[in-house]
Amino acid sequence: MSHVTTTPSPETTAPVDGEVTRRRGWGWLLLVPGMLWLAVFFVFPTIQLLFTSLYDPSGSYETGYQLTWHFGNYVSAIADTWNLFLRSFGYAAIATLVCLALGYPLAYAITFKAGRWKNFMLVLVIAPFFTSFLLRTLAWRTILADEGPVTGFLKAIAVLPDDGRLLATPVAVIAGLIYNFMPFMTLPLYASLDKVDHRLIEAAGDLYASPFTGFRKVTFPLSLPGVVSGTLLCFIPACGDYINAELLGTPKQYMVGNRIQAAFLTEHNYPLAASLSIILMAVVVLMVVFYIRRAGTEDLV
Amino acid sequence: MADGDKDLRLERLTKRFGDFAAVDDLSLTVPSGSFFALLGPSGCGKTTTLRMVAGLEDPTAGRVLIGDDDITSLRPYRRPVNTVFQSYALFPHLTIFENVAFGLRRRGVKDYKQKAVDMIELVELGPYADRKPAQLSGGQQQRVALARALINEPGVLLLDEPLGALDLKLRRQMQIELKRIQTEIGITFVHVTHDQEEAMTMADTIAVMNQGVIEQMGAPADLYENPVTTFVANFLGQSNLIMSDVIGASGSDVVVDCHGQKLSVDTSRSHAAGRNAWLGIRPEKIFAGAAGQGEHAGSNVLTGGRITDVSFIGVSTQYLVVMPWGQELMVFEQNTGRRAVLRNGDEVDLTWSPQHAFLLDADQDAQAGMMRPEDLE
Repeated sequence: MSHVTTTPSPETTAPVDGEVTRRRGWGWLLLVPGMLWLAVFFVFPTIQLLFTSLYDPSGSYETGYQLTWHFGNYVSAIADTWNLFLRSFGYAAIATLVCLALGYPLAYAITFKAGRWKNFMLVLVIAPFFTSFLLRTLAWRTILADEGPVTGFLKAIAVLPDDGRLLATPVAVIAGLIYNFMPFMTLPLYASLDKVDHRLIEAAGDLYASPFTGFRKVTFPLSLPGVVSGTLLCFIPACGDYINAELLGTPKQYMVGNRIQAAFLTEHNYPLAASLSIILMAVVVLMVVFYIRRAGTEDLV
Repeated sequence: MADGDKDLRLERLTKRFGDFAAVDDLSLTVPSGSFFALLGPSGCGKTTTLRMVAGLEDPTAGRVLIGDDDITSLRPYRRPVNTVFQSYALFPHLTIFENVAFGLRRRGVKDYKQKAVDMIELVELGPYADRKPAQLSGGQQQRVALARALINEPGVLLLDEPLGALDLKLRRQMQIELKRIQTEIGITFVHVTHDQEEAMTMADTIAVMNQGVIEQMGAPADLYENPVTTFVANFLGQSNLIMSDVIGASGSDVVVDCHGQKLSVDTSRSHAAGRNAWLGIRPEKIFAGAAGQGEHAGSNVLTGGRITDVSFIGVSTQYLVVMPWGQELMVFEQNTGRRAVLRNGDEVDLTWSPQHAFLLDADQDAQAGMMRPEDLE
């Protein structure tokens, strides 16, 4: 049967083939605007960045730079800032884990328990985006201020010593990261929990699984795609973030993003800034690939 | 496993959704080890009843008992009951083996591996144990769902339209298979279906449900031969229902006047109280003979019919016969080849034995329980 269909007579297939190629042609056309955009605003700048990272470091903003394939930029960048890298990944990892711990119950409640309040709660999750990211982070300075209510309360219950403070500490920076990236965790988790067939949870109960075991064996494994995409959407931008460290921390809490920003905009040390950016990008890509391999989630995208 | 004192009993079970009573004061006993079918059209409350037995729905009132154990308020995972779901509800992230072993592992059964392997063999899916449900066909998934429930040796196995998603041929095959497995292991099966043929093929006892109550319960043949309501008469097979007046009794028969012709019905088959009644007769019980010919001693005879439609089905021929009062009656005749097929326009007399007719209360809707187009699948 298959043998017959794979070798059909040319007369019958010719028009069909023509139609297929014509359709494929249209499909590619639809890709063109997006591809052009990516080429101009992503591929070209990335190549430019790669070249910049290999400029002669003795050049300057005023005198101009020479492309000398100076790979030493990378060595000095790592030697200079390895502790910033460690801090960035550490802060981002803690923030991601806390986001998961807070976001999962929230997404679960929205999906299964919110009833007719479901849409309202989803709007609340998205609502912060209506205000500027910068303004909201600035607001946290007031919330965590030394004389503010949060600090006062924590002092009152003796969690914080009397001379303790929140602002300008790692706690403030990580809290800012958690706050800013929480929706990016909650929404993918919600999307994937919402897809879990309620009848599967009933079936687990029917097969002697207590509600908790049912969650552990059925609901959670089925929501893993959401966990993977949520953690990625949190971790990746958090690694490169500098606003939270800038506004809520001090140079002691600075992350790689702060160093890159300073090198580009203040010191005009373009080769250093570019090589830091490339390293950050490469390390994040490697970590993500490793993570997705381990999580074994093929149907992520 | 199943023994005599493990009957499933529902006592005055009621479930209301707002003002709507999905199940209304329902009481029944399913004997241990029997194959019991809850049969009814969609929305009659049969699935709700099943879900209350499984613990997936809380009854508004009433009790569910297995033997002497009241399980009404037990959570689903504590009940000795398993369900084969209509959608199968197989866990998509687990292999067939893990799906089948799920219940045993939750209960901490030590030799779950061997039991699961044996059960997968029983449903003839050995080579597929390591596959995921999505890689199996509908019929195979159905068998996994059955294996996953049966392996727990439940007191009662609930089947919620388990064959609904299969095509006709596969459904027939699975009906026989299910019946075989049930006979082999002797677990009580409660099978919910809207397919009357499926219920009659498999079940020992059928309860016909309509609008939250049981219309009639009994062995398939009893329900079919002696229905007590128009709903049952129409929902199980087809019936001719003719309006008639009850005029008296003669021996063990009730005598009725049917548009001027006297007919009799066995008293045990009379379920009408008033002066009027629906006289019911199944199409295959009627013999249509040429008008004015033959002896009809002891038979009921309706004269003055004329054939208006002849459908040749193969095993049988189906006639429509218009009566003098304008009603069209159905008559089925086996194609035995002993006599020529009647033709359109032939004048006929209809005869049947008084043991085959039944009388139903005239207050009921003669159309109740008839298949609507949307019920046909």
